Amino acid sequence: MTPRANALPTQEMTINMGPQHPSTHGVLRVILTTDGEVVTRAVPDVGYLHRGLEKIGERVTYAQYMPFTDRLDYLAAMNCNCAWAWTVEKLAKIEVPERAEYLRVIVCELNRISSHLIAFGSYTADMGAFTPFLYAIRERELVNDLFEMICGNRLTYNYARVGGVSGDAPPGFLEKTKEFLDYFEPKLDEYNNLISYNKIFVHRLANVAVIPAGEAIAYGLTGPNLRGSGVPFDLRKDEPYSVYPKFDFKVCVGTGERGTLGDCFDRYMVRINEMRESVKIVRQAVAQIPDGPVLAKVPRVFKPPVGETYFRSECPRGETGIYLVSDGSVNPFRLKIRTGSFVAMNLFEKVTRGLMIADIVAVIGSFDIILPEIDR
Amino acid sequence: MEAQAIFDTLKGKFGDAVVALQSEGFSPAFVVVAPAAVNGIARFLKDDPALSFDSLMCLSGVDYRDRLAVAYHLHSMKHRHAIGMKAFLPGEAPSLPTVDDVWPAANFQEREAYDLFGIGFEGSKDLRRILLPEDWEGHPLRKDYKYPDFYHGIKV
Repeated sequence: MTPRANALPTQEMTINMGPQHPSTHGVLRVILTTDGEVVTRAVPDVGYLHRGLEKIGERVTYAQYMPFTDRLDYLAAMNCNCAWAWTVEKLAKIEVPERAEYLRVIVCELNRISSHLIAFGSYTADMGAFTPFLYAIRERELVNDLFEMICGNRLTYNYARVGGVSGDAPPGFLEKTKEFLDYFEPKLDEYNNLISYNKIFVHRLANVAVIPAGEAIAYGLTGPNLRGSGVPFDLRKDEPYSVYPKFDFKVCVGTGERGTLGDCFDRYMVRINEMRESVKIVRQAVAQIPDGPVLAKVPRVFKPPVGETYFRSECPRGETGIYLVSDGSVNPFRLKIRTGSFVAMNLFEKVTRGLMIADIVAVIGSFDIILPEIDR
Repeated sequence: MEAQAIFDTLKGKFGDAVVALQSEGFSPAFVVVAPAAVNGIARFLKDDPALSFDSLMCLSGVDYRDRLAVAYHLHSMKHRHAIGMKAFLPGEAPSLPTVDDVWPAANFQEREAYDLFGIGFEGSKDLRRILLPEDWEGHPLRKDYKYPDFYHGIKV
């Protein structure tokens, strides 16, 4: 219980938040024990969306698993597609044509922008400001249009393939991407003027749920949540994969500019700044993309060698690591997907102790969790 | 540090509790350890200044049909190296010490391995089913898992 001076004796109450709740970003249930407005314990109860994606993986072929990775994180399906492709390629040592890697980086970074836009929009909506959400959705539609152009889908893309991508960019795609970037980049300043430094918004976020760097590492936080605590660790830079080493971008970290380093505001701001870096990466990729094939020759009946591999890549919600065990047959023997959101939920109970009830929503939003990734 | 060097260091320190190094076809390589020694070795891997594996990237259960295993993927922020650690367990009543006192990140992933494989983690601060309902029968990621026909009278 949180000690308060001269407090009257009070009775603790257990409140059920979710699984159907607009601010839990999906079917998350949190069991709150409260003392007045103060939360003494918040225990997350996950698993409502468990579909057994790992078990399904053992019954389908490597290529057939690609659409299931769309359902891992539906706001960043491109990143999950590519994570799966990179893992299998690492296991089977497949050389991917360079143009395909460029296209993957372009779509992954565009998807990071659209995913961070949802994070930004829904977070501000959770904090009581509805307008920025509409702005975010407006821009995200344009990214969806680009994805529809390149793969035909607007949410579950199924674009990557083991050995490349399903198809080359259609004529006009790269020009349209450039147009989008020119349109989108100034919008970030607009968001900052609109809401980021709004006094009420800052008050809701600053100094709330501070996670020191050491704790963030020990609890396995990754991605923007880790960088929000001031740890400059980004797999795109620190364990470079694909063609990321060819691009110049910076790793955004929290600075504690409005409160304490590692608070909700820092995690929020990292995402805003990362969108700018993604724009930079896409710009360079569009300018440098080489001509050539987009799909390597992979046998139709694909059997990777016996072995085990772990590959992790930087998804919008942190590191998506896939541990893949192959017995040399057409199906994966075992695959385990480690996702950023699932591991972040582990820390939830600790950081929420002693916060106010309204802050719980601020913490959930600042972690930018997505439930299909937690429950798999 | 390379996998072989890490293996030699551990072998020198823990002797027979460090069983083998799996490197051919494994990326990263796995140091196979005796299940009972997992916690002590984990503590050493984290605290030794030359190793300092401060982050547990991934903890997974695996069913190799003849036996189970728990695979740990470790990474060091300081030295930027990675290694795997694996402990094999019998299919009947598999259990090994927890590592959640070494890496707090382990808790949820241990619960997941307990839920989906039925692997027990001794000394865990909170070991309950996590993804499946608490009254679910069996552990679905086991290779010999039989799909139930009904759950609470509802056809599955």
